[in-house]
Formats: sequence, C-alpha cells, structure tokens
Amino acid sequence: MSILIDKNTRVLTQGITGKTGQFHTHHSAAYANGKQAYVAGVTPGKGGEEFEGIPVFNTVVEAKQETGANVSVIYVPPAFAAAAIDEAVDAGIELVICITEGIPVLDMVRTRYKMKNSSTLLIGPNCPGVITPDEIKIGIMPGHIHKKGSIGVVSRSGTLTYEAVDQLTRLGLGQSSCIGIGGDPVNGMKHLDVMKQFNDDPETEAVVMVGEIGGSDEEECAVWVKENMSKPVVGFIAGITAPAGKRMGHAGAIISGGKGTAAEKIQVMEECGITVTKNPAEMGSTLKKLLS
Amino acid sequence: MNIHEYQAKALLAEYKIPVPAGSACMSPDDCVAAAKKLGGGLWVVKAQIHAGGRGKAGGVKVASSIEEVSQYANNIHGMNLVSKQTGPEGRIVKRLLVEEGIDIARELYAGMLVDRSRQQIALLASTEGGTEIEEVAAATPEKILTAYADSESGFDQTELASIADKLGLVAQTKIQAIELFNTLLKLFIEKDASLVEINPLVITPAGGIIALDAKMNFDDNALYRHPEISDLNDPDEQDADEIEAAKHDLSYIPLDGNIGCMVNGAGLAMATMDIIKLYGSEPANFLDVGGGASVEKVTSAFQLMLKNPHIKAILVNIFGGIMRCDIIAEGLITAARDIHLSIPLVVRLEGTNAEQGKKLLADSGLSIIAANDMADAAKKAVEAAGEMG
Repeated sequence: MSILIDKNTRVLTQGITGKTGQFHTHHSAAYANGKQAYVAGVTPGKGGEEFEGIPVFNTVVEAKQETGANVSVIYVPPAFAAAAIDEAVDAGIELVICITEGIPVLDMVRTRYKMKNSSTLLIGPNCPGVITPDEIKIGIMPGHIHKKGSIGVVSRSGTLTYEAVDQLTRLGLGQSSCIGIGGDPVNGMKHLDVMKQFNDDPETEAVVMVGEIGGSDEEECAVWVKENMSKPVVGFIAGITAPAGKRMGHAGAIISGGKGTAAEKIQVMEECGITVTKNPAEMGSTLKKLLS
Repeated sequence: MNIHEYQAKALLAEYKIPVPAGSACMSPDDCVAAAKKLGGGLWVVKAQIHAGGRGKAGGVKVASSIEEVSQYANNIHGMNLVSKQTGPEGRIVKRLLVEEGIDIARELYAGMLVDRSRQQIALLASTEGGTEIEEVAAATPEKILTAYADSESGFDQTELASIADKLGLVAQTKIQAIELFNTLLKLFIEKDASLVEINPLVITPAGGIIALDAKMNFDDNALYRHPEISDLNDPDEQDADEIEAAKHDLSYIPLDGNIGCMVNGAGLAMATMDIIKLYGSEPANFLDVGGGASVEKVTSAFQLMLKNPHIKAILVNIFGGIMRCDIIAEGLITAARDIHLSIPLVVRLEGTNAEQGKKLLADSGLSIIAANDMADAAKKAVEAAGEMG
C-alpha cells in the first residue's frame, strides 16, 4: 500500500511536447514501473505524434478514453497551467499533479472554485510531485534517493523534501509515499488532506511533515493530528530566520501582518503532540529516536 | 509588486472610486505649482514611498497656505523617512503627492486580499479606520467585518448591505459603500491584485465617501498580462541587489548576518539560514539559485553575496536532484577562480553525482572546505567565519 499513486496508476503528461515535459516524462518512465505507467501525453494540436513510444493526444478526454489514464501530471507553462488543470478535472481524472511554478494566484482561485463539486484531487501547483518508492514516480524528484518503506513524507518544498528523504534512507527508514504539496498560496491538497490519507494507509507507520513560513496549513493539520492521528509525526518548519514581509522564494512563503511565522507554527505543532526538530539536519534522526 | 499611493489612487479613479483631487510631484517647486492649481485653502503634502507609517514619521503634513506647502515640500523631499515599516535604514523620499484637504466626519477601513485557507477573495471592513488593521485584528478582532467573493457571482449583496449597516452607514452613503466594495472586487480581479487597502476610507460631513489613502500590491506571476501595472514599477523602491539578482534568475534577499549562503530550492535555502543560526551565527542572505547552476549564475551569486561588507564566509548547500553535482562543482570552481574568492567557502554537495562533484572540488587546488552533510556544513561555516574575526 501507499497513498495516492502505486504501480497500477496510469499517467498522462499534459505538456508532453515541451522541453520540461519531455525531460521529466523520460526520467519518470525510466523509474520502477514507469514504462507501464506512462501511457499518454496531451498537447493541443500535436495529437497523433509520439514521444518515446508514448502516444500524444489533443485532449485529456481523448487520452483518458484511449489509454485508461487516471492520473495527470502537468508541465504546461504558467499562463496556461490553470486551464490545463481545469481540462483534467472536467475529464474526470482522479488525481492531477501540477508541477508548474508561477501560476497567477487568481487563476488558482478560479480553478479551485470550479473543483468544488469535483472528486478530482489536486497536488500542487509549484511542487516536485509524488513518489511511491520502487513503484512509480510522478514528478521531478530524484528517484534514486528514495527507498521503499513505511514512512510518509509531506512537504511544501522541493529540495528540502529530498533532504528529508535522503536522511531517512541513510538511516534505513524507507518511505511509503512522499508528497510535495507545493509552495503556492492557493493549492490543492494541504498537509491536513495528505495526513488523513497517511493515517488511513496501513503501510504508513509514521510521518515526516515539512512546512515553512506563510499561511496556516501546518497549524490546521496539527490540530487535526492532535485529535485523530494514530501514528507518530515529526515536523520541521523552515524559515525561523526569515524576515517578515519578504517572499522567500516560494510565492506562499511570506510572513504577512505578523501571521505565518515559524515560531507560531512550531508552537501549535508542539502543543498538538508533534515532535518538532529545529535542526533541518535532524529530521531523520528525530524520527528514528521516536520510533525506537 | 507594490505601487505608490498616487498610482493606486489613479487606478481607483479609473474605476470611478472617489479620491481627493491631487497630483504627483517630483520636486518642491512642482508641489507649489500643484497646490496653486488645486486652489482652495487647505492642502496635504504626502511623501510617496512603498511603506506605511508615513504620517507618524513626519512624511505627511497639512498646509493651510502656499508658503506652508513650499516649506513642507522642501522638508519632506529628499528626507530619509524612517517609519515602522521602512526599517531603521529608512527610505529617501523622491516623489510627493499634493492633494486638496478633505473634511472628515468618520474614518473607516476597507481592504481586499486572497484568503489562503478559504481560497477566495476576501473583503475586510472596519469602523476603525486610520489605524493599522493588524492592530485592530489583534486587539478587537470583532471589529473586522468580512465577506468572501464567489468566483462566479461576486459578493452576496445582502452580506455587503449588512456590513454597511454595521459600519453605521445609511441612505446614499450606504449605497455608495456597497458600490465601492463591488468595484474594488472588479479592480482586484481585472488587475490581478494581491492586496488593496483603503485606510482611511473617509465619510465626509455631507455623507460622501472618499479614499483618503490607498495601498496596492499585485501578483508578480500575473504581471505578464498587465504591462500597464508593470509600467508603474519604481526601481528606487527596490533593493538594487534584488533587481540584479532577478536579472540572473536568482531569488536573493540580503540579511544582517555574516555567513552568505547559496542554495538550490527555497525551502532548503530557508532551512540553511536556520541551521546557520542554530550553530551560533547569522545568515547574510537568502539565495535560491533555482534549478540550474550555470557558471554565470554561480558567479553572479558570489558577486552579490560579496557586496555585503559583513560577509565572513560562504556556505554552498546543493541537493542535486535533476541538477548534477559534478556540473555544479565545475561552476563553483570556475566562479571562485574568476572572482578570486578570498573568504572561506564551505561546500556541501548531495544527490546525483555527488562523489564526482566532491572529487572535482578536492582536486581543484582551491581551498574549499568540504562538508559531509548540512550540520557539518553549518558547523564548518560558523567556525570559518569566527576565525575570520
């Protein structure tokens, strides 16, 4: 078991004829069961073409009908990415993973509004993607640092997630699934949504939750964890040294009006029983200690 | 992106939201001419900088004669305005706004932003205009009235009416306020704003509504479809180094510490800053090199960091995923040689081809301090900076 994706997942790449889409589809298809998993690509106007044996379609509906794809990954440029999400949602894709960084916030507000009555789940945008080690990789993360196991990882960051995963793998702690939910202020699944799935996943024994300054997702997740989580959770929040009012790289990583500080998040998480380390080099070892 | 008050007011006026008559001025002489042109017997001279708290800092003055306009304009123009929001270094005032004086009966607050949890545009309104809304929110949260916009139909009009009632507005003033809230939403959406604040929103003795102050921020990711907003950018208000960094596709924010850090990825960059502090020093900057670290990019990153006179050491922390560590090592070596780097350089490389990368660094003949992991890197950087005095 795992969450969101496994070896039976069938993936279509939106934006497969672009440089980024091709690069990452190539590497993802080369990981574990990727050859079977990557069944289709979509680029309007390029239907009938092929990329490394993967058929390209004009629309998501067509690609889904022809290949049975149930998950979409999006590498479409920011100006068109929200519309690409909308198309996948309208086509009834189960899970959409949007890698694209730089989508206008109000585009995402509209897209999330349209998704209100839909059962489609969204990961991202501005995220590294999702991986279930040794089964399937959908996104831009380096596959080789992962190891199959029972630790769930959820994070708003890219490379900081790799850092957490690498620490776990070196300590012999494999991962059930690793989810990068992205660094944008308006996104799909949040820490809380992913945490619920890890709680329900029999193969996940513990969770590493990586957050950062801005918003209140980590706090909302922590409150839920306190009441409902049956598994240990280790947390780290990046940005304790970040100045207020400055966007720290990610569009969503900003302390505004005194809200969304790391100190505030850490306090709530600790009050809710999450073991928080302030040392980003000790995310793995903190979990290992907690489990022993 | 932020814009000046006078630019925000021009946008409001474009949307038929009432603002005081006034004009933007680049010199005290301009101010005098503007005041004469406005006529009347009362003027306000306002410093135009991208920071709040201008009034308390002496950047806003009410003049009751042309001589006073001239005097205040001369005082304010060129002054280094230090307000709560500028930080201790302050901001030099280069632009002014001269406006007609307005009779004030009441001061309200109206603001609009994207509520991240609800993923909707939110209107915030309050009877407590003229003070910082964060203070109102902290002290008397019940005094902040909120309405959320539906992506298709906008605000619920009965909700707006109820907010107008709670603001104590009646008759024509109430109708005008509701119209203003709806118009603000239209502007917010059409211009891809991320924050609009009218504080104070003034009710005149005659029952009219006027935006006495205005602040607007826009979504950087949407500027590509708003050249008219991009044109309002004032480079004087941006840190020169941040502008230089943006040219090289680097995300850079200077800070007060003495250890420069260059990292790939925003989250890891923040975590690197945090671990430097944890091991006893302070980061000199936030710097995300992003997905590709070409020689050119690394060179500009080094040059930016070295502009900081307090810098004592540089910590490079790279987790190479798609980015190969051997390529990064080559970039680091070339850049360090080209700029004759003379302060300690601690490098931590992890991920794809990390071993080849480390070997390249070791064989380079440069005195690069290699680190095994993030903690080791932070320790070594703090030590090295300490030895530099």
